[in-house]
Amino acid sequence: MNVSEVERREHYLNVNYGIRSWLLTTDHKRIAWLYLLSVTLFFFIGGFFATLIRLELLTPQGDLVQAETYNKLFTMHGVTMIFFFLIPSIPAVLGNFLVPMMIGARDLAFPRLNLASWYIFILGGAFTVMAAAAGGVDTGWTFYTPYSSIYSNTHVVLTVVGIFVTGFSSILTGLNFIVTIHKMRAPGMTWFRLPLFIWAHYATSIIFVLGTPVIAITLVLVALERIFRLGIFDPALGGDPVLFQHLFWFYSHPAVYIMVLPAMGVVSELIACFSRKRVFGYSVVAFASLGIAVIGFLVWGHHMFVSGQSVHAGMIFSLLSFLVAIPSAIKVFNWTATLYKGSISYDAPMLYALGFIGLFTIGGLTGLFLATLGIDVHVHDTYFVIAHFHYIMVGGSVMGYLGGIHFWWPKMTGRRYPEGWARLAALIIFIGFNLTFFPQFVLGYIGMPRRYHVYPPEFQVLNVMSTAGASILAVGYLLPLTYLIWSLRYGTVAGRNPWGARGLEWETPSPPPTENFERTPIVTEGAYAYEKAPEEISTLGRPAHV
Amino acid sequence: MNLGFPLFPEQASTMAARVDALFYFLVAVTVFFAALIFFMIVVFAVKYRRRSEDERPRPIEGNFWLEILWSAIPLGLTMVMFVWGAIIYFDIYNPPNDALEISIVGRQWMWKAQHAEGQREINELHVPVGQAVKLTMTSEDVIHDVFLPAFRVKQDVLPGRYTTLWFQATKAGEYPLFCSQYCGTQHSGMVGRVVVLEPAEFEKWLSGGATGLSMIDQGASLFKRFGCETCHGAGGTSQGPSLAGLFGKTVKLQGGTTVTADENYIRESILDPRAKIVAGYQPIMPTFKGLVSEEGLLQLIAYIKSLEGAERKAAQK
Amino acid sequence: MSKVEPFQAHHFDDVEQQHEASWLGMWVFLATEVMFFGGMFAGYFVYRHWYLQAFAAASNHLDVLLGGINTAVLICSSFTVALAVHSAETDRRKPLIAFLLLTIVLGLAFLGIKFYEYHTKFEEHLVPGSSFSFEASLARPAEIFFSFYFAMTGMHALHMIIGIGLMTALLFQARRGRFSSFYYTPVELTGLYWHFVDIVWIFLFPLLYLLGRHL
Repeated sequence: MNVSEVERREHYLNVNYGIRSWLLTTDHKRIAWLYLLSVTLFFFIGGFFATLIRLELLTPQGDLVQAETYNKLFTMHGVTMIFFFLIPSIPAVLGNFLVPMMIGARDLAFPRLNLASWYIFILGGAFTVMAAAAGGVDTGWTFYTPYSSIYSNTHVVLTVVGIFVTGFSSILTGLNFIVTIHKMRAPGMTWFRLPLFIWAHYATSIIFVLGTPVIAITLVLVALERIFRLGIFDPALGGDPVLFQHLFWFYSHPAVYIMVLPAMGVVSELIACFSRKRVFGYSVVAFASLGIAVIGFLVWGHHMFVSGQSVHAGMIFSLLSFLVAIPSAIKVFNWTATLYKGSISYDAPMLYALGFIGLFTIGGLTGLFLATLGIDVHVHDTYFVIAHFHYIMVGGSVMGYLGGIHFWWPKMTGRRYPEGWARLAALIIFIGFNLTFFPQFVLGYIGMPRRYHVYPPEFQVLNVMSTAGASILAVGYLLPLTYLIWSLRYGTVAGRNPWGARGLEWETPSPPPTENFERTPIVTEGAYAYEKAPEEISTLGRPAHV
Repeated sequence: MNLGFPLFPEQASTMAARVDALFYFLVAVTVFFAALIFFMIVVFAVKYRRRSEDERPRPIEGNFWLEILWSAIPLGLTMVMFVWGAIIYFDIYNPPNDALEISIVGRQWMWKAQHAEGQREINELHVPVGQAVKLTMTSEDVIHDVFLPAFRVKQDVLPGRYTTLWFQATKAGEYPLFCSQYCGTQHSGMVGRVVVLEPAEFEKWLSGGATGLSMIDQGASLFKRFGCETCHGAGGTSQGPSLAGLFGKTVKLQGGTTVTADENYIRESILDPRAKIVAGYQPIMPTFKGLVSEEGLLQLIAYIKSLEGAERKAAQK
Repeated sequence: MSKVEPFQAHHFDDVEQQHEASWLGMWVFLATEVMFFGGMFAGYFVYRHWYLQAFAAASNHLDVLLGGINTAVLICSSFTVALAVHSAETDRRKPLIAFLLLTIVLGLAFLGIKFYEYHTKFEEHLVPGSSFSFEASLARPAEIFFSFYFAMTGMHALHMIIGIGLMTALLFQARRGRFSSFYYTPVELTGLYWHFVDIVWIFLFPLLYLLGRHL
């Protein structure tokens, strides 16, 4: 198939042109692109803050920036990365693009709500960027009271308004996914024929709709306290600062599952495709996703073991935290078992998927250290925690996101990216990541606290290692940015199914037409029917064509 | 082997070795399972690499017993971790009864300590080796945290409440103290050191330097100055209950509930007297909020805690 | 291919699917609202447990008569909403318009009474902040009570305002003949939202207004 043939065929990208056709689109695939551009921007903004942090930490003294600036840097790094990159990334980009396609629908249940959710996201981002430009906020992304509600004299209200607004974007996305998955599956697409990507996004959406409102109201209360001096969290006025922590973590713990479950969904798809085998223990993996979402709501107190919470509460939360680790472990074993007697290829998406499994394993196992009460007392609020969550969020979620972007890039753009560069980038990212964050486990155990602008000299060698790793990681991230953009114009034209994958999204042309499918698919097979030849499972009633 | 950086902090308390032992156990489990997964992935990825484009591997749905096995083993291991960790945690939170008591008041961005004998310190804490030490801590402003890595303990320091932390040092030396709950601009400057001395040296340190009144004596003078004696004088009066032997007792409140008279209860009763009213008394105690500092409150509490002995002595006469 | 009805969106297979999707969407949204108000209820319950006496004393300063009237007003408005939905369902346009109008009037009455209450609280120096004044020994927890009072009823009032706005939009659409027994989903779903806002008040009223009466 040549370029001119592609250009002649009508698809969702060329069906109309102009800025209005993009800013007023209701096509879930275009909205996915709007999100893609936005989250990429926020990723590099958050990355910029991280760069300054790691540069400052090269030396024990605070010689690059002042203390107050440093405090704003780590706060803005956290806020930007969590609320404006990690939480939306896979669901709002890959989820928006793929959920309707994978279930055989023409769009999400509420396309206009979908567009509204992007505008709300941008509005929230605008507030937060304004707060940063006006001088930033220095409370930490966790906004603990009474520092945030009374003592800080930075732009707390503006920032929490930004996060509050963006939260509604999440809620609407989750709502859209839940209704779509329940009501718009193609004929024959029963629950247990759904790809695991869908199960993962369904579980994530439950957390979106039930958890996000709680942080919304909590931040409203902090803002009201700041503006009207209410005293809800102010001990001098009879309030309880620890109550804030309970309300905050009630959402923010499930939020981390919002960040990892979609990546796990991506990994299931990648492992299956690049082993050419169905995922081992499909229904176990599906239920594990739901289990993680449910139990994830019951463990928030493990962020508060030394907060003044009672010893008994600590014990209950510790026990539940171990229980929530089990479904994740089960998934790792199932993915590994999928490789057994498979037919494995090492394309870039697979490298990201395998990297995810390895790094998520380490991140998850170090979570056990934190769930263990006797150890958490020592490592809480140290670099050990920072290392743990970056292993999951960067080693896990970001790698899952990149793997997914690479995998579905041909479908989304009709172009292939340069495979050699992609594999190199994956390797650089893997190495850079480990060098950045593994030393932080040691740093934490030997006692370096979090959020420290200056530190005792014996911590310097490990900090230098970490910064060196970060510079490699930065190169690794700039590579895909470059070659993916390059591929839009110069990449090889992609066919319908360049990976030989299974799934309804691979049965439409690349890029797909606006309505996704020329005829509604009729599903007769479960997901991952790799043992069958493509022609045997074509659902469109005619031979598959490239 | 000199790496240029330490791998572990010093073990300088009775807890440290226990925490490290549990840590080693988790490291071993982590290394084992991480290595296992890495190994399996590498072996499978190499052994089953695609050799031709039209390979179609046989589908494998799953294996029930394998799922049970790799659910049960992690569950078993994690329960061991849980129990072991919970036991250590329980001990971390239960100081022995004979602990030496020291008060800590944290504020942006410094630590103030006062020994029972009256010795004050700023950003430093002198303690004896081989003796349990219990810190009663509060903050004057935001949430702080006392972190003693060499002792493997940490505890948030809250405004409006007391929290406690205890340790027993096993080695003389100087160890870092870090504030470990972000508290504003100079959070990373809010560091101090714990100076552990041999018992004889510690006694010498206590008696040397600026001698002042002990905390109990300072508390007694505050008790007089604020007129507490008027209502809570020896044996109590019709206005207010006796405070002798109060500390640690169960107090019956109006409405039928009870409360244990600990430091938090006494502090609250001074600052917010109407919050918990003792059964049989009128709510007439005025509040002393704004009139007494956090250090003053700790001194009053030390005095009230000491009242048991005095009362018994008076009764014996 | 099913016949595309004039009010069926292109991405749905048939009206029934669209209707089911809309219903599920509204229920999921209401679940998020439960969690949203739930955060405030959680905070309220914690402080009520700690400061029961102060909360009761503060609650006594609320006007039970006005609160009671408002409760009756809201319950009536839920009734008129149900009648409006039924009218739409049975193709009776004039009653539909009348009941929507009645609902709006009742909603506005609720808000009017509410804002009158806020005004009196302001005059009695019971608004949290620098002008707050209460019996000294109970002042701090009482101020917390009033913080929750204003936050919870204020958030509720905001939802009422949104509801009234939605009802007004429905009113205009009904006048243009948009609804019939074939298609009245927006009326149904807005009705569902209205009932939810009513139920939130049913919880707020006893928890805030009737606290002191038993003690």
